[in-house]
Amino acid sequence: MKILKLFLIIFFIFPINNLKADNEILKNKITKNLRCLICQGQSVYDSDSEFANSLKIVVDNKIDEGLSEKQIYSYFQNKYGEWILYDPLFNKNTYFLWLLPLLIFFVGGAIIFNKFIKKQK
Amino acid sequence: MKNKLIPFSIALIFIIIFIIFYKGLQDTNIYTPKIKINYEIPSASVELFDSNEIVNTLEIFKLDKFYLLNIWSSWCVPCREEHPILMDLIKDDNLKVIGINYKDTKKNAKKFLKELGNPYDKIIFDNEGINAIEWGAYGVPESFLINKNKIIKKYIGPLNKSSMEEIKLFIK
Repeated sequence: MKILKLFLIIFFIFPINNLKADNEILKNKITKNLRCLICQGQSVYDSDSEFANSLKIVVDNKIDEGLSEKQIYSYFQNKYGEWILYDPLFNKNTYFLWLLPLLIFFVGGAIIFNKFIKKQK
Repeated sequence: MKNKLIPFSIALIFIIIFIIFYKGLQDTNIYTPKIKINYEIPSASVELFDSNEIVNTLEIFKLDKFYLLNIWSSWCVPCREEHPILMDLIKDDNLKVIGINYKDTKKNAKKFLKELGNPYDKIIFDNEGINAIEWGAYGVPESFLINKNKIIKKYIGPLNKSSMEEIKLFIK
């Protein structure tokens, strides 16, 4: 009987622990991508300022409410503007930023292709 | 033709990179928050300081008046400086001042109001600072001028004489 009780306790506690751990990982991931707007060069995750601590609570609450990562980002973007996100979103202001490395990569590739592979032929 | 294309594209890439960095140099590296105006006030459930009642923010700002939402705390020194301005502003019947008591204890907050006077029509008790986030605030003190459920002006930092004059012009 004792073994059964123990088994039941373990059985019920473990999934809850996993769930909490998952939420914690998600919370850390989100707070690492949020800029602490009143600190210099720190994410919300790194900072211990009043602002960052409140933001961490809000992120926790939003995860508990069942919001997805994207929804949480757009919530903060709505309140504080895009600057709060470390990963800039793809829009008309940032498409150059995202596409420039690709452009350089392809131009470089074309140069290499021209120089070496065509020469070999 | 092909031989010319390679130096040309390399030069082009360098010019583009140069322009980007040059523009970046001119940008100030001090972040100034965007003060977007004319947006709807957030709807959220909040706890009132005096009655511990839970109400919706839209309920607080429902009258056809001007409201000044002021985020304050007893531990915040600039809040002490701006307090006489708030006391002065409530002399106008067209304006109601609503407070958000930010990360404070009720005991200290009451002491603060007893000492300097209470300009607030209602006070929202924000122990964890999450209501301030709802308003897009950065810290204390911060004030929002509200009319017809819209934020028409935002003041970051303590109110001063010139902002007081501006608020008076708005509510006239």
